[in-house]
Amino acid sequence: MLKNRRFLVLIALLLSVGLFLAACGSSDDGGEETGGDTGEDTGSSEEAGSEGGDFSVAMVTDVGGVDDKSFNQSAWEGLQAFGEENGLTEGEGFDYAQSESDADYTTNLNRLVRQDYNLIYGIGYLLEPAVSEVAQQYPDTNFGIVDAVAEGDNIASITFKEHQGSFLVGVAAALKTESNQVGFVGGVDGDLINKFEAGFVAGVKSVNPDIEVDVQYAGSFDSVDDGNLIASNMYSKGIDVIYHAAGGTGNGVFAQAKDIKNSNPDENVWVIGVDRDQYEEGAINDTNVTLTSMVKRVDIAVADVAEQAMNGEFPGGEVLEYGLEDDAVSVARTNEEALTEEIITAIEDWKEQIVNGEVEVPSTRDELQTYVDSL
Amino acid sequence: MLFSNKVVNILIPIISVLLGLLAGAIIMLFFGYNPVAGYAALWNGAFSDIYFFGETIRQVTPYILSGLAVAFALRTGLLNIGVEGQVFVGWLASVWVGVAFDLPMIIHLPMAVIAAALAGAFWGFIPGILKAKLGVHEVIVTIMMNYIALYISNAIVRNVITDGEDRTENIADSASLGADWIAQLTFFSRLHYGILIALFMAVVMWFILNKTTTGFELRSVGFNPHASNYSGMNVKKNIVLAMVISGAFAGLAGAMEGLGTFGYMNVKSGFTNIGFDGIAVALLGANTALGVVLAAFLFGTLKIGALNMPTEAGVPTELVEIVIALIIFFVASSYIIRWVFLRMKKEGK
Repeated sequence: MLKNRRFLVLIALLLSVGLFLAACGSSDDGGEETGGDTGEDTGSSEEAGSEGGDFSVAMVTDVGGVDDKSFNQSAWEGLQAFGEENGLTEGEGFDYAQSESDADYTTNLNRLVRQDYNLIYGIGYLLEPAVSEVAQQYPDTNFGIVDAVAEGDNIASITFKEHQGSFLVGVAAALKTESNQVGFVGGVDGDLINKFEAGFVAGVKSVNPDIEVDVQYAGSFDSVDDGNLIASNMYSKGIDVIYHAAGGTGNGVFAQAKDIKNSNPDENVWVIGVDRDQYEEGAINDTNVTLTSMVKRVDIAVADVAEQAMNGEFPGGEVLEYGLEDDAVSVARTNEEALTEEIITAIEDWKEQIVNGEVEVPSTRDELQTYVDSL
Repeated sequence: MLFSNKVVNILIPIISVLLGLLAGAIIMLFFGYNPVAGYAALWNGAFSDIYFFGETIRQVTPYILSGLAVAFALRTGLLNIGVEGQVFVGWLASVWVGVAFDLPMIIHLPMAVIAAALAGAFWGFIPGILKAKLGVHEVIVTIMMNYIALYISNAIVRNVITDGEDRTENIADSASLGADWIAQLTFFSRLHYGILIALFMAVVMWFILNKTTTGFELRSVGFNPHASNYSGMNVKKNIVLAMVISGAFAGLAGAMEGLGTFGYMNVKSGFTNIGFDGIAVALLGANTALGVVLAAFLFGTLKIGALNMPTEAGVPTELVEIVIALIIFFVASSYIIRWVFLRMKKEGK
């Protein structure tokens, strides 16, 4: 029996080590961090940052991390650009804190507050409860929440009209598909990603109501395996264009598309990226599977609000909505081969109609139903 | 006397931890980070002021309970990998009771806590009864039960407790383990009364195992089920009982998160790892109540302190996970350390 127990302990060891390794495996950044020295908590810069010199800004990522090639990374690029422009140094003037689990959000926010940052962003709607709570406790610090609306005089809520951009990539997908089947892979099923879904489906159906759209949700934003599996099912069913709104999970969609393309270069498979221009993600041999990307300029918005805060005009308590008209939502055109003149013209055409208000893009499933019925 | 069994048993985890830290330092050096700055940042991140200290204790609380859960089952010879799932159902049950009722605190809070324990106990009962009656290995069943718990609680949060929302409402104040004066004192850390429950449960575990007939039977089954059976103990009953009690501890760990740390339950995209880390805590704590408490303290410190390492020392958090993994590695390979001790003992003579 003693042997048996030793065996069990061994299993336990293997499992736990495996788990830890798995937890480590998600990130592969190339040691880019520079060792900032922010040791002292209660430093000198106590006064609120109306003068540019003392201004500092930081962000807390969700579990995706700053190298998710998507949302968090875009925000971090925005802060880096802002920091560079204003001569701030990383670790003092601007910084990020990465969350390993959702229990870390509040801890990370608090830590940055205690390091006297003037403006602290929560990146992603998952941080909304944490930002609301911490903002209430520290009324003298300004907070920003991206992709969600939080109430409080010291919180600026940054949202995007993703449905508009998704509509336009839907148009592109509809014009590109040859099988008349396209797919949508969502991260977590909820209000936010439903906006992408509704806009995309509406865009596809506006071009050709007969095209079938297969909508699937992976259930998380950091599950590459699920993305891979769903994409594999979709492509084998004959779907040739997949739009993903799934953060890190979407990397699995790219991997699958590239696999197919690698084994058979003539296969007609496309991925539409999200949040950032994901052209680089789609490169395989001398071709590219990224048709286009629904670019959400989180970086522009984040830098814009930081700029306002630095100038003492922090839009506290406001809900800012960035859309097509601000170029904060756009369609990437890096893949010039795949995105033909015809498609671009169509996109421009629809874009104008949306900006003019002639087309009201649906942002929920209910609105989508009404929209499709009216076609 | 220097190398008596008792001393060796205490020394092995300590040496393991030290070796783990040492190996972590070497890895940090290898990748070009300063290990002294790294560990200093870890320390500061966990203890440098009262806020972080509060957060560390907050993190220690569920670890104690999940560690107790694993340890209790292991003492009876069962490997409960399902602590994670039992944490989920406990969390769900406590929050459900917390939002559904409006009662005076003296009834509401105990009710929510007990609901969590019962839910966890039920989740432990299923693999227990399957093992006892049909001989199904508890490792397989509990692993699978984890996924069932994860997806069922997601479905219940989304469709039953709320109307398609991603998270439940906050629990009523009368069911909360948090206290304003603690929050004030610790600059809004999420430290809560749960630590008292956790410590009390450690005493309960010690008492059950070492001071009662039931505990004697449980341990006896763990040492040798056949001999226990021969001597007239009901092995099957004891297996079920061990899993039920283990599940109850795990359910309480869930209540710590539901009623203390978060005050709500949200739709989870993956495991919390509280249960899985509990396996490591139990191993490091040598499956004893006191050992588990100390090991949980170490793990909580590492977890919270690790958050500070990237900011203050530029060391990636992943490295801290590696250090933890190394510590477990050295604990599990205690055989080697024991062997070295034996050699030294012989040579000493």
